[in-house]
Amino acid sequence: MSEDTFLSDEFLQQITAAGEADILAGVPTFNNARTIERTVRAIQVGLAKYFPRQRAAIVISDGGSRDGTLDQAKSISPPDFRTMLAAPPLRTMHTLATTHRAIWGRGGAFRTIFAAADLLRVKACAVISPDLESITPEWIEGLIRPIYRENVDFVAPIYLRHKFDGLLLKQILSPLIAAAYGYEIQEPYGGELAFSGRLAARYMNEGAFSREFMRQGAEVWMTTTAMAGGFRLSQSFLGPKIHAPKSGGLDLAGTIQRVVGGLFNCLETHQQFWISRNQVEAVPLFGFENDMELPAVRVDRRRMFQMFQTGVQELASVHALILSPDTLQRIREIAKLSDREFCLPDDLWVKTVYEFAASFHHTVINRDHILQALTPLYRGRISSFLHENHEAGITDLGEKLKALRLQYQQSKSYLIERWSA
Amino acid sequence: MGDFIVKNLTETLGKFSAMVMEFLPRLLAMTIIIVVGGVVAWIVKILLRRILLFLRFNSLFESAGITQMMPKTALPSPSDLLARLVFWVIWVSFMLFGVNALGVVALEEEISRFFLLIPQIFVALVILFVGLLIANFAARATLLAAVNANSPSPRLLSGVVRFIIVILVVTMALERIGLGHGVVLVAFAIFFGALMLGLALAFGLGGRDVARRLLEKRFAEEQKKEEEGMSHL
Repeated sequence: MSEDTFLSDEFLQQITAAGEADILAGVPTFNNARTIERTVRAIQVGLAKYFPRQRAAIVISDGGSRDGTLDQAKSISPPDFRTMLAAPPLRTMHTLATTHRAIWGRGGAFRTIFAAADLLRVKACAVISPDLESITPEWIEGLIRPIYRENVDFVAPIYLRHKFDGLLLKQILSPLIAAAYGYEIQEPYGGELAFSGRLAARYMNEGAFSREFMRQGAEVWMTTTAMAGGFRLSQSFLGPKIHAPKSGGLDLAGTIQRVVGGLFNCLETHQQFWISRNQVEAVPLFGFENDMELPAVRVDRRRMFQMFQTGVQELASVHALILSPDTLQRIREIAKLSDREFCLPDDLWVKTVYEFAASFHHTVINRDHILQALTPLYRGRISSFLHENHEAGITDLGEKLKALRLQYQQSKSYLIERWSA
Repeated sequence: MGDFIVKNLTETLGKFSAMVMEFLPRLLAMTIIIVVGGVVAWIVKILLRRILLFLRFNSLFESAGITQMMPKTALPSPSDLLARLVFWVIWVSFMLFGVNALGVVALEEEISRFFLLIPQIFVALVILFVGLLIANFAARATLLAAVNANSPSPRLLSGVVRFIIVILVVTMALERIGLGHGVVLVAFAIFFGALMLGLALAFGLGGRDVARRLLEKRFAEEQKKEEEGMSHL
């Protein structure tokens, strides 16, 4: 499908009026009227401050907001740069706004952004979440500079997080991607990322319109496609990430279904690449990694453990279709332990994740059901991890996560064996 | 007297021989029809199975997990199942043609009735098959959703969903083949209505306190969840 068949005439006119650009910042929005102005202002200042000589465009790709996000985005005029910057930008900054079909979610927004990047012939493109409270103009520099100045193709973010924040990334996504694809990226599902015009063109040609991509984690697909395509990768430290409070988000089961399901789909798409890949490379890091005290995360660990026990007990028949008898037996045994004795060790956890990935690949039962059946086991793993590490410092925790990554890598042959069976 | 008996016996034997002579070709024809039918049905089965495999018929059911689920419920793959069904329909049809060739009037009427019923039986079987798959799927989806939402008695919920769908499907299948036309539907409506009314009364009158506690617990859990502030991504 070519760009002009799904972009509206009005948006094409906006693109034509903008002509060409060097840098594009895309903002996928959906009911973000409260925060869109702040986000766009930060982007405008970031572009003007760090890229004053480059032609820049901001694309707001809205999924059919009902709170006036699009109108508000269209009405945002450039700020008075004289009060903020030593010198005003030398080039005009265009702000383009359009609506995409909400049914495709964030994937639909990304599709519009890829198309705009392609039509505007940009060299670098960044995607920024619209609901951030912690965004600063420096984020734009952090994301764009490695591409624009260092000839990198893909930039993943690194956020400053509380030690118990982002555990789905730490326990499944990041180590599994590192073991399979051979690149150690901390945040493969960052809401903020950047890519080169070259990579945007690849995304357009690589089936950016497939159903899975639209439905499930677009960011994981973008990250792994860059890895499988041999593009130059980097990471950029952005600082703390604080989202504006929002109601009606996905629950844990829905998040796992979307994100882990997205990764399992990517493993299928790129199996030729990752099955034959053996080494693991560190991905270069840009930016200054500072440290600061972050607000504590409140978690009811006992409730998680209780939900794990219930899940193991009630879903025994479903887990028996997905897991090997040995893994299932071990999980059943630890589910009988008391809250204080309970521990779900690294090797068992990695084996469990790999068996879920292989069962997903072989579609042993409906794929959404497989992912839903993973949720209680993930709760068990989190409960165990919190129990073991509630007093651990950042260094100790880093060592433990490193050991987990190593476990994923050492067990890769088991994944391949189950995957190819 | 002796001549009379001999004459009668001779006549009877003659008639019997004539009947046998008349029947034997029909029996032979029936046997040939059944054997040929078996061969034709077998050839059609093999061809159909290959065509369905070539057309990737099983993959139509893969995304729903049906293809993978069928061996686990001791059923063959969808393409194999359809091929076997077609085999039996063809062969049974030939058998009935063969029986018809015998020329027994009483059987002919029953056979023609049976032939009129075949499409309905076929549709009823399809309804039953698809319905049971839907029941299994819905029951598992309910079980998973209930477990992940930390709802009480997930297996009971799942079982109720399966039971209701199975009852509905069986009713539809029986209705299709004309068994107890109307009666089954009315029985189902009465049963279902009574079940719902019973549950409403039991929960509304007998379990007001339980209902309040459940709602309070649910509300408290939602609040608690909000307080957790933990982001998994």
